[in-house]
Amino acid sequence: MNRYETVFILTPVLSDEQAKEAVQEYKKFLKKNGAKIQYEKFWGLRKLAYQIKKKSTGFYHLFEYNAPGELIKKLETDFKRDERVLRFLTVKLEKHAIEYVESRKDRKEKVA
Amino acid sequence: MAAQSDIRYLTPIDIETSKTKYCRFKKMRIKYIDYKDPDFLFRFVNEQGKILPRRVTGTSVKYQRKVAQAIKRARHLALMPYVGDLLK
Repeated sequence: MNRYETVFILTPVLSDEQAKEAVQEYKKFLKKNGAKIQYEKFWGLRKLAYQIKKKSTGFYHLFEYNAPGELIKKLETDFKRDERVLRFLTVKLEKHAIEYVESRKDRKEKVA
Repeated sequence: MAAQSDIRYLTPIDIETSKTKYCRFKKMRIKYIDYKDPDFLFRFVNEQGKILPRRVTGTSVKYQRKVAQAIKRARHLALMPYVGDLLK
């Protein structure tokens, strides 16, 4: 099991609810394949720094989870096939990254 | 041509040189550079969005690599532009 972090961008063509639905689908997919979600965040509609597929905005969503390595391949093929997804990036978190991420989470909880 | 050398100094005048460079990551003990934080990463690029060299920012080799990696990831996610004009 490794710790991973995935950020993906959905098309702005979707409505807010549709975007959240898509996120739910991926969440289900992750859970079904043995991922334990540690943290997730919906960043909402954001402006892109440059156009992707003629779109200048997109819904960003972040997942952070523990998962076996084989899952990533499956997830990424799914992303590639999905027309709603403009971009995705999965990164494995090493120890310093995990530390950083944990510290940020604590901060958020303290603020809230 | 000779006009500019009217004033001559025997000893070179003290021009204030910037203090010694240091690596901000080492100083601040930052170990991980987050690619999801474009505002911070914008300090390491010029107006065109190009990554600044170490000789300008003073970052150590170890962290320069990480900065570069983070910027490239941010670009992929359209958080930062690949090419920009007048970013600052």
